[in-house]
Amino acid sequence: MQRVSTLLMSLLTTSFMVGAATQAQAYRVFVSNEKENTITVIDSEKLEVIKTIKVGQRPRGIMLTRDGKRLLVCASDDHTIQVFNAETYEYIRNLPSGSDPELLALHPSGNPVYVANEDDNLVTVVDMEKGVVITEIPVGVEPEGMGISPDGKVLVNTSETTNMAHFIDTATMKTFDNVLVDNRPRVAEFSADGKQLWVSAEIGGTVTVIDPATRKIVSKITFEIQGVTKDAIQPVGVRMTKDGKTAFVALGPANRVAVIDMATFKVEKYLLVGQRVWQLALTPDDKMLFTTNGTSNDVSAIDVPSLKVVKSIKTGRYPWGVVVSPN
Amino acid sequence: MLLAKVSSTATLAAVAAASLAIAYVSSLGAPSLSHAGGTEAAPTAKPAEAKLQVPIVYAREIRDVPLPLSLLDLPPPDDGIAGGKLAISDNNTTGKFLNQEFTLDTVESGTVDGLIADVSAKVGAGAKFVVVDASPDTLLKLADALKDKDAMLFNAAAPDDRLREDQCRANVMHTAPTRSMLTDALGQYLVWKKWTKWFLVSGTRPEDKAYADELRRTAKRFGATIVEERVFQYDPGSRRTDGGFEQSQQQIPTFTQGAKPHDVVMVADEGELFGEYLPFRTWDPRPVAGTAGLVALPWHAALELWGGTQFQNRFKRMNNRLMRPLDYNVWLAVRAVGEAASRKRTGDHKELVTFMRSKEFELAAFKGIKTTFREWNGQLRQPLLVTTAKLLVSVSPQPQFLHQFSELDTLGYDRPETKCKAYLAK
Repeated sequence: MQRVSTLLMSLLTTSFMVGAATQAQAYRVFVSNEKENTITVIDSEKLEVIKTIKVGQRPRGIMLTRDGKRLLVCASDDHTIQVFNAETYEYIRNLPSGSDPELLALHPSGNPVYVANEDDNLVTVVDMEKGVVITEIPVGVEPEGMGISPDGKVLVNTSETTNMAHFIDTATMKTFDNVLVDNRPRVAEFSADGKQLWVSAEIGGTVTVIDPATRKIVSKITFEIQGVTKDAIQPVGVRMTKDGKTAFVALGPANRVAVIDMATFKVEKYLLVGQRVWQLALTPDDKMLFTTNGTSNDVSAIDVPSLKVVKSIKTGRYPWGVVVSPN
Repeated sequence: MLLAKVSSTATLAAVAAASLAIAYVSSLGAPSLSHAGGTEAAPTAKPAEAKLQVPIVYAREIRDVPLPLSLLDLPPPDDGIAGGKLAISDNNTTGKFLNQEFTLDTVESGTVDGLIADVSAKVGAGAKFVVVDASPDTLLKLADALKDKDAMLFNAAAPDDRLREDQCRANVMHTAPTRSMLTDALGQYLVWKKWTKWFLVSGTRPEDKAYADELRRTAKRFGATIVEERVFQYDPGSRRTDGGFEQSQQQIPTFTQGAKPHDVVMVADEGELFGEYLPFRTWDPRPVAGTAGLVALPWHAALELWGGTQFQNRFKRMNNRLMRPLDYNVWLAVRAVGEAASRKRTGDHKELVTFMRSKEFELAAFKGIKTTFREWNGQLRQPLLVTTAKLLVSVSPQPQFLHQFSELDTLGYDRPETKCKAYLAK
């Protein structure tokens, strides 16, 4: 109901929003269930599960191709990336991934795909079309987070035990800078304009904002929630709206998503979601945010304009990754 | 090809910046680093800067201890060392981006004097961090012998609370959990389970008595009651014979017969010389906990939480076996030095020790939350695992046990109780 009224408000207030709202056909939200070896597909309008896909062992990072036609799933314990037809949900083939693939990034041109191999201290570069490994880039211990700049020139990988953001030149496929961040960096995410890089540190309990041009630390964001112990505040997933105004950070066992003003780096609000919230995904129109809540086996749907949690949707066991279809 | 498609209109500055960055691309062999305190903006790799060497010593006292009952529990020859090797490798993976290199030198001796002489030589040659696997008295002698040298010892093996309390030393930090931390971790779980009536069965060795003492303390602290105590008089003899079960099947039920009503049998047998005989043989059908049955440990070979899988896999690939608690304790010590060196960009003993003891230091150790050192006695505070032989049952501290500063300080002796003076004076 909340969502309907918000949409109505948008319709009445701005013509731009009218365009967006009328276009707002249902997107599909794909959620990987780490313990169940399935993908849950959710309709972003009805907020209902429309399909469950059986996939390989321990699915974690998931991604869609630019055209939205292919779904890529890191089947970590099968040491492969499985490719599915994102419309018919049929399995197509495997891509080579290196050992224990965890998270993925796709070059803005649509190819290649960059894979964090958590068990091998490597980032594997895979040619999606040919299905071959182009190269392997040595990084720190337990690579995880993967962020690619909007222009595709810089790939950033975080290594969880080395505690660094590794800056990789996608042309030479070599690291050219390494920035120390706080303990156990999990996710690296560029802002839409490419001017900010946000890196979450799960054990450190902080988010480091880096200027990608200088690799200087611009801000270190800390969190404080009344009634929640500091140790339980564990930032993981990071997503930013395209207008460069609002960032969302998932805070793990604090069961909250922090809403942050990207200009001041101040936390504006904490949204209560399900338990152990890790990954986040926005709809392409930035109207809805979905969170994976690992230990409560659900996804929280957040209405972005009103910053309200509107529904929790039951998934498979231990939901991990989430991605939204481009159309 | 890869760079051809720059579609966003708002990325001109970023594109320019990225191009600039690419112009400075350096190879992996000579990476540069900018960090929080850094002033260098551009990644101008300083050429031919000398690599920082951080040598670490692993000192092991070879001691004559009876072997545990189960073939599964026999210590491998590289128990502990294997964890140190993994930590060195982890440190060096990070070190290659920072121009730092860590090495581990092992020293072993069957005599206290021999160990002191060998370690002193290494310290004299520049190794300022010593990870120790030794009996408590040897550790104290080693610490006293090195007290005027710039060296920090890490106790990775001895759980004795006295080493952190009345006999604490300013030049020793501890990654091994104390007995009191272990009994508190187990006790919290049992109290949460409402199994608060304990039947205590102790061995006769000094460490068994010490463990029983800590169990009594835990019971008092968390509201459990020891309803009955019995001492298991036992000469371990040879651990392996063709047979054995015939006798223990008769002896254990009668030994445990007629105890006052209890929820759980608590066994204090650190050497694992008889405790494993108790489960499924007690007179009353009761679970067994303590040093056998349900136990508290800093590490378990089946732990896969908090990224533990990758950690276990790395260990297994390197050492061809599963990780044991001592391996983990040594890993913690060597990683603490590595973590401090990467943050401070130095190998300087004093600076690193000051940092490791400060509130700013934190070590991620596959425990879900950061581990830190207690400033009053150098003990690493960490969550502990409550496990069966095969699988994790719980993790303590239990959520219901609260603390004004850190829930982890609900495990073991807390600051107001500490008898450690040497540390605070430092």
